[in-house]
Amino acid sequence: MTDFPFLLAMIAVPAVGAAVVAALPRGSDELAKRLALGISAVVLLLAVLATVAFDPDGERFQLTMSASWIPDFGVDFALGVDGIALVLLLLVGVLVPVVVLASWRDTAPGRRSMRTFFAWVLLLEAMMVGVFAATDVFLFYVFFEAMLVPMYFLIGSFGGPRRQYAAIKFFLYSLVGGLIMLAAVIGLYVVSTSELGQGTFAFDALRQLDIDPGVQKLLFLGFFIAFAIKAPLVPFHTWLPDAGAEAPIGGAVLLVGVLDKVGTFGLIRYCLPLFPDAARDLAPFVLVLAVAGILYAALLAMGQTDLKRLVSYTSIAHFGFITLGIFAFTTEAATGAVLYMVNHGIATGLLFLVVGMLIARGGSRRISDYGGVATQAPRLAGVFLIAGLASLALPGTNSFVSEFLVLVGSFPAVPLFTVLATLGMILAALYVLIVYQRTMHGPPRGVLLVDDGTPEPAGTDGATATLTAPAPARLRVRDLDRLEMAVAAPMVALIIVLGFYPQPLIDLIEPAVAATMQDVGAAPAGIAPATTDAGGTD
Amino acid sequence: MDTVAADGLLAWSWLLIALPLAGAAVLLLGGRRTDRWGHLLGTGTVVTAFVLGLLCTLQLADAGGRPVSVELWTFIETGSLDVPVGLLFDPLSAVFVLLITGVGALIHIYSIGYMAHDPRRRRFFAYLNLFVAAMLLLVLGDNFVVLYVGWEGVGLASYLLIAFWHERPAAATAAKKAFIMNRVGDVGLALAIFLMFAQLGTVTYDGVFGSVGALAGGTVTAIGLLLLLGACGKSGQFPLQAWLPDAMEGPTPVSALIHAATMVTAGVYLIARSAPIYDETPTARAVVLAVGAITLLIGAIVGCAQDDIKKVLAYSTVSQIGYMFLAVGLGPAGYVAGLAHLLTHGFFKAGLFLGAGSVMHAMNDAVDMRRFGGLASRMRITFVTFGLGYLALIGFPFLSGFYTKDAIIEAAFDRGDGWGYVLGGVAILAAGLTAFYMTRLMLMTFFGRPRWDEGVHPHESPSVMTAPMVLLALGSVLAGYLLVVAFPLEEWLVPVFGRPEAAEHVVAPLVVSALVTVVMLLGVASAWMFVGRREVPVTAPARVSPVVLAARRALYADTVNESLFMRPGQWLTRALVFLDNRGVDGAVNGLAAALGGSSSRLGRTQTGFVRSYALGMLGGAVVVAGALLAVTAG
Amino acid sequence: MTLTHYLVLAAILFTIGAVGVLVRRNAIVVFMCIELMLNSVNLTLVTFARAGGTLDGQVMAFFVMVVAAAEVVVGLAIIMSIYRTRRSASVDDANLLKY
Repeated sequence: MTDFPFLLAMIAVPAVGAAVVAALPRGSDELAKRLALGISAVVLLLAVLATVAFDPDGERFQLTMSASWIPDFGVDFALGVDGIALVLLLLVGVLVPVVVLASWRDTAPGRRSMRTFFAWVLLLEAMMVGVFAATDVFLFYVFFEAMLVPMYFLIGSFGGPRRQYAAIKFFLYSLVGGLIMLAAVIGLYVVSTSELGQGTFAFDALRQLDIDPGVQKLLFLGFFIAFAIKAPLVPFHTWLPDAGAEAPIGGAVLLVGVLDKVGTFGLIRYCLPLFPDAARDLAPFVLVLAVAGILYAALLAMGQTDLKRLVSYTSIAHFGFITLGIFAFTTEAATGAVLYMVNHGIATGLLFLVVGMLIARGGSRRISDYGGVATQAPRLAGVFLIAGLASLALPGTNSFVSEFLVLVGSFPAVPLFTVLATLGMILAALYVLIVYQRTMHGPPRGVLLVDDGTPEPAGTDGATATLTAPAPARLRVRDLDRLEMAVAAPMVALIIVLGFYPQPLIDLIEPAVAATMQDVGAAPAGIAPATTDAGGTD
Repeated sequence: MDTVAADGLLAWSWLLIALPLAGAAVLLLGGRRTDRWGHLLGTGTVVTAFVLGLLCTLQLADAGGRPVSVELWTFIETGSLDVPVGLLFDPLSAVFVLLITGVGALIHIYSIGYMAHDPRRRRFFAYLNLFVAAMLLLVLGDNFVVLYVGWEGVGLASYLLIAFWHERPAAATAAKKAFIMNRVGDVGLALAIFLMFAQLGTVTYDGVFGSVGALAGGTVTAIGLLLLLGACGKSGQFPLQAWLPDAMEGPTPVSALIHAATMVTAGVYLIARSAPIYDETPTARAVVLAVGAITLLIGAIVGCAQDDIKKVLAYSTVSQIGYMFLAVGLGPAGYVAGLAHLLTHGFFKAGLFLGAGSVMHAMNDAVDMRRFGGLASRMRITFVTFGLGYLALIGFPFLSGFYTKDAIIEAAFDRGDGWGYVLGGVAILAAGLTAFYMTRLMLMTFFGRPRWDEGVHPHESPSVMTAPMVLLALGSVLAGYLLVVAFPLEEWLVPVFGRPEAAEHVVAPLVVSALVTVVMLLGVASAWMFVGRREVPVTAPARVSPVVLAARRALYADTVNESLFMRPGQWLTRALVFLDNRGVDGAVNGLAAALGGSSSRLGRTQTGFVRSYALGMLGGAVVVAGALLAVTAG
Repeated sequence: MTLTHYLVLAAILFTIGAVGVLVRRNAIVVFMCIELMLNSVNLTLVTFARAGGTLDGQVMAFFVMVVAAAEVVVGLAIIMSIYRTRRSASVDDANLLKY
């Protein structure tokens, strides 16, 4: 069972599937989405089976395979997962079928066809699996960059009115980060050549290197900037609100749910173990960015008038929490951070999905165009509320566990930063409840109003006023139907189940995180040594 | 406090939480199919939980009140953090379980009638069930994290129920305000938990209370103050009291259950539960005292000037919980007094709210007391039950409030120092004010000439509503005697708080009782002087003294909150949005624009004139030649 | 006649050619000036070859002549077709390839 090449299959199945879907004849959109759903379901199944085959207490990297790729430069096509990558693969497996279902009724703009859309989604899935499963730094880089292509087309071809601008902005930002990282990857190769006598890109070999502190810092920054743009951390964040707002809902879910996780995944998988000294030295600087991001993005989220931009900003705040957890250098906080990545994918994914359902009804992204939806679409409002509560990390939802772990784990190491981050809890409640009140509560108003009556008692001219008595304003809004419930139900179920029973995931994550923390030289237990107190002393 | 593993019925005590939770799940997921019998299911689960709670308590009593623990599953375990989901059934939580399920069951029954004509009645019962489940989790959890889960769970239920009529903007806003102000408190509680983990490495009650004595004084004080912040948020205490009166936008049964009898007393529970922490920190305890004293005075003063019947009761709740905070802030001498008052208050305040709901039911949901009057003859049962609750609240001799409030005031005097006299004095003064505003409420509602709106025909409520009111009125009359004299709560709680040494009374209890009664009678008399003797104006008089004006505006609590937090926050948000769009994003877009601009400017040099290109080539050749010459010559 | 005389003559020819390219508008004249410049270079090459006693310069000069001949063919053809469409042989009128 464990000999089965799960990871290769998880890359190959969607990649081949994407080619097949793209090659379908024109006009077979219906077949295309069924095929896409089937293929993504197979990947989910593979991910689950891989999880079963994975032994949390076994070796660090399991399900490994390796084939020589560019032997002259020591590049291998090497795959393998630890607990950190595995839970993210599960997240990919869960989100893609949901995204396919959520895009079931979408229509492509212009002459484009949804067939192409699903092909890009499947290709993106293959790339995302690859980026998490790669154990060769060069291979990781290749997937890291290749991932941009399908996402670029998802945004640029299928997005909103300003999709061109958003797509190019997304691409350029990521490319800048990617190029800086490429320089660092090459630098790493050079260092490994001088240290080992023979250059290598293998993660496990690079982890053993003892790099000169000055060089370490430069290489760390090379990787860090790429990941900080990808995650994104303030102040490298301004591409995300545009991309999140203009991307089609399915694309936005994958963008914020998974693609951005590559940034935080890179931080914990590459930045910490490869450059432990630099990570420790620069931690205060990173923590400042993280905490500033939590507060700054939360305040910005409150000031947004666009629903999708608002959700994007909430994500930036959440990435601040994840980064805080990673750079507090305690097992608890880092485990929480990895769990946070998964939970955020589910919670914010659902939030994007439900916002998309609302936008599909009203045709507008402006918050002020909606009001009082809860009276006539209680299920929509309910799912919105659950997603919102998960976003503000209410206990009983999955996000609480991870946010609590991040904060409780960071507190002993960096108390001041943690206290500031905890204030983000209040801001989170504010931005979620304000938007919920504006769109769902209050009297019916906005673009969904039925226009046959006169919603306002004033302003009627005599003739019509006698015919139609001032009927109470009503909205024309469908509640969630079966298909939409099928999209939301698994996410809601995950939110609640993981809210009360997160331990299986924690058991998967913890050994890998503990190993990483050992690489950084942090104590495995709660109270970290005084290496990271630079900003935290008070 | 050594605990034993549960056996017998107590091993099933998780059903207490599971039953209402299952009820809520069925009602929420079942949709309209459950509309017809949803309210019965909702009520049934809570009544069953009450019976189960009663049986569990009896078993606990048989075992001599030895705390019992039920381990359920591992919630979070990583690194050195270990958070189990476990329940602790001890005399303290038993008392709360009985209060929550008992009063909860009565209010569920009442709601069947009260919400009969509401198309969303099923959802109302679902939310109420959710609340009961979360509240039980709060009081039954055996560690601070599980308590926190319940703590925010009741906050959610409170949010949902305040916003139950969410088409009303006022209700939606009040719900949001309640949640946000609670969250401010929750941050305090969360930080306290972080601090416990950082310093003690554990978050279970056993672990924390066992080792808290070894901590530095400053740390314990910090934990105590942070816990207090959480308690203030949940219990509507100063400075986080402003949400509770607004929460009256919710349906009246909600006000009775959540915002009077149970949820808002969670803060008292938290402080009583954390007694071993507060025992180590006199500073934090003094702050608890100060918060209690300030709040009980604020609540009483503001209550005197309100015209909305539910707001008067809400401020009364704020004030009464202030008494409880005062009591638990006194330390071992006051825990039992505070908890006893909590229980009797649960009875009479729930009864008063249900009575107010019955009145509103009769008056087409009007709440302005200036438009009530003369209802005593039209609504006999409501009048009598409300009247008994009123007497219990103002501390009429030998009714429940008399026993428990006096105990608190005595305990305050028993401190023995100057502060004891100050606190006792404040408490007595507030007792007089309580008598004043409650008498004013009684007179404006039930006596005098009817000042009803047109088309209002008051009628008595159906028996499904009056029956719970009668039971609660009985409780209001008897609970004090039962808890203080017949079956002393003090004895029952010995396994939790230990046996307090017999207090040396600074002022004889009889003197205190007499003093309180006299002040109370003064309050009643002055209310009669101001309100009862003359005609009540239908609109509130505009020309009033600054004191009355301040009291009407709730001592400007909202004004302060708005000008100190809300407006600067909005301003900051707007400024940051501007900064992000123009500054951060502007820098990026500016860089892109600069690159594009310079490229098009450079493109301008390509004029298309061949001769200018030729000139360029010549110039270039000359420069190259010159450079070569310079290199070879130099 | 010394080496200098040849070189000075070549420089004068080159300058005349360069100035002609820069100041004249007529494409044919510009073309002839370019030829003048090429020939001045040829003269220089041959001069140095003769002075150095090798054949390299002469060989280069032949190459230049061949290239110049090819260039004349292509160039005149372009000038002719421009003249046919525009009725003008001015180089300033043919500025379509700008920015």
